[in-house]
Parts: sequence; C-alpha cells; structure tokens
Amino acid sequence: MKNERVLMSGNEAIGEAALRAGCRFYAGYPITPQNELIGYMAEHIPKRGGVFIQAESELAAINMVFGAAAVGALAMTSSSSPGISLKQEGISYLAGAELPAVIVNIMRGGPGLGNIAPAQSDYFQATRGGGHGDYRCIVLAPSCVQEAYDFTQLGFDLADRYRNPVIILGDGMLGQMMEPVVLESPSPSLRDKTKKPWALTGCAGRSANIVRSFYLKEGELEKANLRLQKKYSLIKSKEVRYSQEYVDDARLIIVSYGSMARIARQVVMRLRHQGKRVGLFRPITLWPFPEERIKMLALKKMAPCFLVVEMSYGQLVEDVRLAVNGRAKVFFLGRGGGGIPSEKEILQTIQRIIRL
Amino acid sequence: MRKIFSRPHSLRDVSTHYCPGCGHGIAQRLVAEAVDSLGIRERVIGIAPVGCAVIAYDYWDFDCCEAAHGRALAVATGIKRVRPEAIVFTYQGDGDLAAIGAAETIHAANRAENLTVIFINNAVYGMTGGQMAPTTLLNQKTATTPKGRFAGNEGYPVKISEMLSLLEGVRFVERVALCSPADILKAAAAIKQAFKNQIEGVGFSLVEILSPCPTYWGLKPPEAIDWIKDEMIKTFPLGRIK
Repeated sequence: MKNERVLMSGNEAIGEAALRAGCRFYAGYPITPQNELIGYMAEHIPKRGGVFIQAESELAAINMVFGAAAVGALAMTSSSSPGISLKQEGISYLAGAELPAVIVNIMRGGPGLGNIAPAQSDYFQATRGGGHGDYRCIVLAPSCVQEAYDFTQLGFDLADRYRNPVIILGDGMLGQMMEPVVLESPSPSLRDKTKKPWALTGCAGRSANIVRSFYLKEGELEKANLRLQKKYSLIKSKEVRYSQEYVDDARLIIVSYGSMARIARQVVMRLRHQGKRVGLFRPITLWPFPEERIKMLALKKMAPCFLVVEMSYGQLVEDVRLAVNGRAKVFFLGRGGGGIPSEKEILQTIQRIIRL
Repeated sequence: MRKIFSRPHSLRDVSTHYCPGCGHGIAQRLVAEAVDSLGIRERVIGIAPVGCAVIAYDYWDFDCCEAAHGRALAVATGIKRVRPEAIVFTYQGDGDLAAIGAAETIHAANRAENLTVIFINNAVYGMTGGQMAPTTLLNQKTATTPKGRFAGNEGYPVKISEMLSLLEGVRFVERVALCSPADILKAAAAIKQAFKNQIEGVGFSLVEILSPCPTYWGLKPPEAIDWIKDEMIKTFPLGRIK
C-alpha cells in the first residue's frame, strides 16, 4: 500500500483509520452527528473481513465491543454525547476488566437531548472516567481530519499496549467537515506483535482464562485498583501529547483543543503577524493531561497569563487552573449549546486581558 | 465396582457458595456434563451473569467472560461473531434476562445469533435479598412485594420464553424444572440439545430452568421443590415451546 491523498469527512477518516489499524469489529447505534462513521463501517468493514453490527442500543453496542475485545479483536464503537452517556456502564467494565477498545465521541450540544450542533461539553465525562469507579480512559482530541485519522490509529495502538479503553473526542464540526487526508499505509506496528494470552480463545492447551472486573474476596479489589493506578501512572509518564506554537516569548497563551483550537490559532496567527506576543497551547491527550508542561510555562520568569477557550462553560479550564496552581492568571472564554466562540470574541477577550 | 457417576471435567473440584437447596449447583453441573459429553470444553466460552451465579467461572473449568447485569447476550454476540468456531453460551437469571436485559435478549434472539442460553427462573432476585423478579408469581411475597405481587400494581409474570418463541430467529425453546430426578434428566437432555444446536449451526436456543430458591421463598428445600410442582408450573408450564 502506498500513501494516498483523498477528500474525506472526519467521521469517514476515523472509519478508514480504524480499518487500516486492524479494527475488525464495530458495533454502533445511529446518532447525529456521527452517522457517516457507522455508515462507513457498515459498508467497508465486511469487505475487509470484519464484523459490523447495528446494535439495538448504545448499551448493547458497547457490550458487544466488550465481548469482541475479550476474545482478542481490535474493536470500536462510536456515538455522540447522549449515546456516550449510555455507554458509560460498558466503558467502566472495559476499564475494570482491562480490555482494549476504541470509543469515538463526536460531541454535540447538551445536556439532555440538547441539539446536534458541535460542542465540547463532554470533557469532564471523557477525562474523569465517566462511569462508576476509579478509572481513566486515554482521551485523544483531534483538531483536523488528518488528526482524526492519525489519532484513531494511535488510539488502537495505545488501547492494545495498555489494555485500556481509548476515547477519540471530536465534535460535530470535525465529524462533518471534509478535508484532504493522507492515508498512510501503517508501518508494522505494535499491533502486529501484541500477544493476548489473556484473551478468551477456548482453553485448549492451557488453563481457563477469565475476563472479569469482579473481585469479592477481601483485599482483592483494592489490589486490582492499585494495579490500575500503577498503569495510569505509567501512561501519565509516557503518553502525554500536546502541540504548542509561539509560547516561548508569549505574554498570553491561549489553551484550547480540538476544533476550537483551530479558531484560536487563527487569532494567534493574526496577532503574531502584527508582532503581538500571543501563543497557542493545544492539549492532544486530554487524559493524561499535559499538566507538567503547562506548569513549566507558568513557572517562567516572565510568566504569561492563560486564556482557556472552549465550546463549553468551563471544563478544560479546571485542568489548566490545577496545572497552573495560582502561579499565573487563568482567564476563560466559553460558549455552549452549539455556540462557538468566534475569532472576534477571542480577540476582544484578549484585548480586555492585556493591552495589545 | 463400576463408577457410574463422577464430577464432570468441566467442573472444578471446589465447593460452591450456594444456599442449601438452591438449584444453581445442579444447573451448573448439567451445563458441565453437556460440555463434557459433547467434547467441547476447549471450544466453550461461558458468559457469567450478575446475580447469585456471578462467580460461576470459579466453578466451571473453561474460558469464561463477565458481563454487566443484563448485557450477557450482547457480550455473547460480540464473542461469537468474532470467534464463530467457539461454542458460546450465557447463563442468566430471570432479572438479568427478562428485566434489565430484556432488550439484549430479544434482539440477540431476533438476529438468530447462534448461541445457547441457559435461563434460570427462580421467580426472585436472590443475590440482592429476595426482591420481585419479572417472573415472580401473582400473590408471591418478596422483599419488594411484601403483600404479594398484585397485577394491578406490579403487572404479570413475564413469560419470556413464550414471547421469544414468536420470533423467527429463535430455533429452540424448552422449559424444564429441577424437581425430581426424572425432571433433572429432562433438563440435562434439553441443555445438551441447546449446545448441539449451536455446534450444528441451528441458531438461537434457549432452555428455561425452573429452579428452587428456598431461602427467598421462605421454604425448606423439599417444600421449595413442591412449590415448583404445585405453583410455578401453573404459570410456567413445562415442555418444548419451540
């Protein structure tokens, strides 16, 4: 396979990336704005020898993924905010049983049925676990269609490497938007080598395997939790990803992720053309959060101030405040329910904070 | 002397946690015997339920998977579709299969998933302390129907096996009971048939087992057997449904 450049929507790019990453099981339930993804999987996964199931609910879909993952398949499901709420039970079980899976959330406005406009209001749900119990999902936030493709591939690698659910957190804008994508043929990766001795394959020639998250005997569950915590520490130390532009001499750093970061970037580029010292910091892994890097930026001699811009009423900003921990000023601009902070609003907010 | 009865290979040599007179021990042994007699132990993947049989995998000696309450047939679907060569079964109670998991049950059945379902109907939630189940009989007292189940408030016992038999995707449904040795032999035969069907690719096969719960029926074990015969069978008649 050689690289090809094609025009695709974010939803389709995630589907193609999953297939090229070796995903051979997909179960989903229709919901806007991610329907191009379920449609893409329905059409293409059978051609590549995989299984597509339109489940009777999001609950069923995530549990089908649980079963497929338990027997060793690379498995994925996708949905949008209200549907992702329904999947939380299954995600908690995946985390507890340490099964790898990729879950795509193309976020829309909430709470409740909300609307079908782009939003970033599921940040807490994605980064704090989302379901019951002490667990974390690795959360990757693409900001363009190419990244939707790249991070989905990365997501399968990370899920397998750490036996942990991975969430691709996009929004309706990213899912629906079409952009050119380079479809790289995947290099021989971890995926080909990952052995899964824990998988349920029938107990021929070995003792029986059990996939479980249930530990009733005294002390067992605490031990299992400590094992998870150790894994999360390892992930925190190895898998933090972010992108930064013009932060070194910046007086103000915009912190933003996903689609929102693209709009913020336009503002940064415009101000830099005018010689203004403004930078952009974009977390790529929302969990593990790049808190150390933000702390380092806040510790500089001429500490910049931070402006967090998101399509919600203040979720990412809490992580930024925790990382900054009072060392610098943190400002916030956010809109929700499908409202998107515009370049003009960002610019005006910056002008209020610092004299440009 | 010829040994005519022994522990199945598919059953671990451990004691179970079940109450005296509970049917789970018998039902799980029957599953293990069916697996042994069909020579499929190394191909079997069992789905353990949530409820009293939650740690069935501590008793069966073959690959097993946990499922969230009610989701066993969704998990089983994922497993079987990825590994069609595996023999996949769920073991579910009445609350699991007919209340919280009703949607998963109906749709797995309707997709004609080539699966085997062992459905334990004891008309009560056991693990949580004897609350009403979807299959609780009218007038039956439980922790949440202290005056007895009243149709006007709690509705009627759900006859899920009869409901499922209406679906085109369902191939085999039989209701059996764990009362007399003769009944248990019938149960063994039905379970074996339900596994055989899967091996032969026949499709969705379900065995409903009326199973005693003396603890939460407030009866002594022999009385519980009588209650199945005298009461439960009136609402849930035995025999091949489809």
